[in-house]
Amino acid sequence: MKLALRELRRRPGRFLAATAVLTVLAVLLMFLGGLLDGLLAGATGAYRAQPADAIVYSTNARESLVRSRIEAPIRDAVEGVDGVAEVGGLGSIQLGARPGSDPDARELISTALLGYEMAPRGLPDEPPGEGQVIADTTLKADDIEVGDTLLLGPARTEVEVVGFVEDTNYAGQTALWASLDTWRSVTEANRPDRVFADDAVAALVVRIDGDASSITEAIDEATEGATDTLTLDAAIEALPGVSQQRSTFNQIIGVTTVIALVVVGLFFALITVERTALYGILKAIGGSSRTLFGGVLLQAVLLALIASALATAAAVALASVIPPGTLPFVVTGQRILTSVVLMVVAAMVGCAFSLRRVLRIDPAAAIGTAS
Amino acid sequence: MTDPALQMTGVRKVYGSGDQEVVALDCDELTIAEDEIVALVGPSGSGKTTLCSIAGGLLQATEGTVEVGGRDITELSASELTDFRRTAVGFVFQTVNLVPFLTARENLLVVDELGGRRSRNGAKAKERADQLLDELGLTDRAGNLSSELSGGQRQRVAIGRALMNDPALVLFDEPTSALDSKLGDQVVKLIRDEMKSRGTAAIIVTHDDRITHYADRTVHIEDGRITD
Repeated sequence: MKLALRELRRRPGRFLAATAVLTVLAVLLMFLGGLLDGLLAGATGAYRAQPADAIVYSTNARESLVRSRIEAPIRDAVEGVDGVAEVGGLGSIQLGARPGSDPDARELISTALLGYEMAPRGLPDEPPGEGQVIADTTLKADDIEVGDTLLLGPARTEVEVVGFVEDTNYAGQTALWASLDTWRSVTEANRPDRVFADDAVAALVVRIDGDASSITEAIDEATEGATDTLTLDAAIEALPGVSQQRSTFNQIIGVTTVIALVVVGLFFALITVERTALYGILKAIGGSSRTLFGGVLLQAVLLALIASALATAAAVALASVIPPGTLPFVVTGQRILTSVVLMVVAAMVGCAFSLRRVLRIDPAAAIGTAS
Repeated sequence: MTDPALQMTGVRKVYGSGDQEVVALDCDELTIAEDEIVALVGPSGSGKTTLCSIAGGLLQATEGTVEVGGRDITELSASELTDFRRTAVGFVFQTVNLVPFLTARENLLVVDELGGRRSRNGAKAKERADQLLDELGLTDRAGNLSSELSGGQRQRVAIGRALMNDPALVLFDEPTSALDSKLGDQVVKLIRDEMKSRGTAAIIVTHDDRITHYADRTVHIEDGRITD
């Protein structure tokens, strides 16, 4: 092991090209991961912020908040199910918004007005007053501040921004959190075809005491099939585009990992060929294949870690210079850790291709040869 | 009476089988005393390398018994042979073959480091390396990489590496073939002095007749058989 470390320290030049390529690949991994996390955060924030275990849609909504409608009798049935600890109404309408200071703005801000009862993370238990909203912080990128007004939809319904909350966007649109009454009145003004009665909501968020999957089934049974209840995780996955984005990005991340594996594999295969004579000598004087391959493995892992450290620094720097609300790029500890693990695993698997070559080196070849 | 450094009895090394059988070595008896220096001379392909490889635990004999320093190595497994090579024999190869990115001192310590957890105490190994470097006149070159050493100094480091494990037997594979005659002469004298001062046995494989003058005995080998 000391031998491998000394080679890295004394001959950094020979590892430079491989480290550079691995760093580029690690940056790519973290950038792709950061983009995926950013896109998913923008799509799922409103649900992830819910203090709930399940979401109840109407059956005909096909697991979509936009199409769902829950009337009062259904809500009563849900509230009566054993294991349902708390129920809150949720409403949503997606509208283009204009700043109140620029009512003729041609570029609309994509917003989702969400009415709530059970306060999502970061929002007050008591929803804002009539005509008031708490906006997601991404709205700041449009120069909107507390006290500004927004004109929502074709009816240009005026709402006042009274605060900001982080990471609560819905379907890639800026979330505006309001009371259910505000949501109903904005909906009535802008979507007369989708008016909700005072006791109706789009969906229910449910807090469960007990086994979530069995209680979600019990809810749908209690409503005689009028509802389609999903656990929060399932509801997040069912949000438009989420699973597609995840699978597309994960495939690209997978291919990038395989490329890293191939790079490490080729590099260490070449280095092992170059070291055949040296390994023959070391085996002859008592080095085992395990010790020699351990050194190769250690070098591969260290290269992957150095590349990952450089890439982490690059990703953090990139995240700090991207203005909020422009590029959906998020750096999380979990994503960095996942990328580092992928790089290290790729390095280990990649250099494993050299194992056979190390095993095959015959120490007897060290004697009787001139080089 | 102490055990001989090497005792080979009825050792044969055969490659292939049937009509394709090639006998690389057929040695009825070879004994090397504990402080004896033997020059092993013979033409290319005569079996010198095979004999050395078997004596050093690099190859296993097809038949016969091999004892090094009183230890029978005939039936050792591959991993036991690896341990044996690390702890009981020394090798000096044709082109020295030091690890290029290690200093002279580290090239000596590498023998110990290759053993991992089975190695001797690190401090003891360092003490031994420093002592050997001192005896070989290399103390002031201990921190130099092999590329910063002369041919003779490199050869001395290689001898030091071979002696790190207090071996019963050191195998020299044509140690002068890459050196000019003057340096070659110096190296052979050095080998003799170092081996004799420690009472360590050595086999020196060579084509060079001059080496035989420094050996206690010359063994000739031809077509795999020891001829005298």
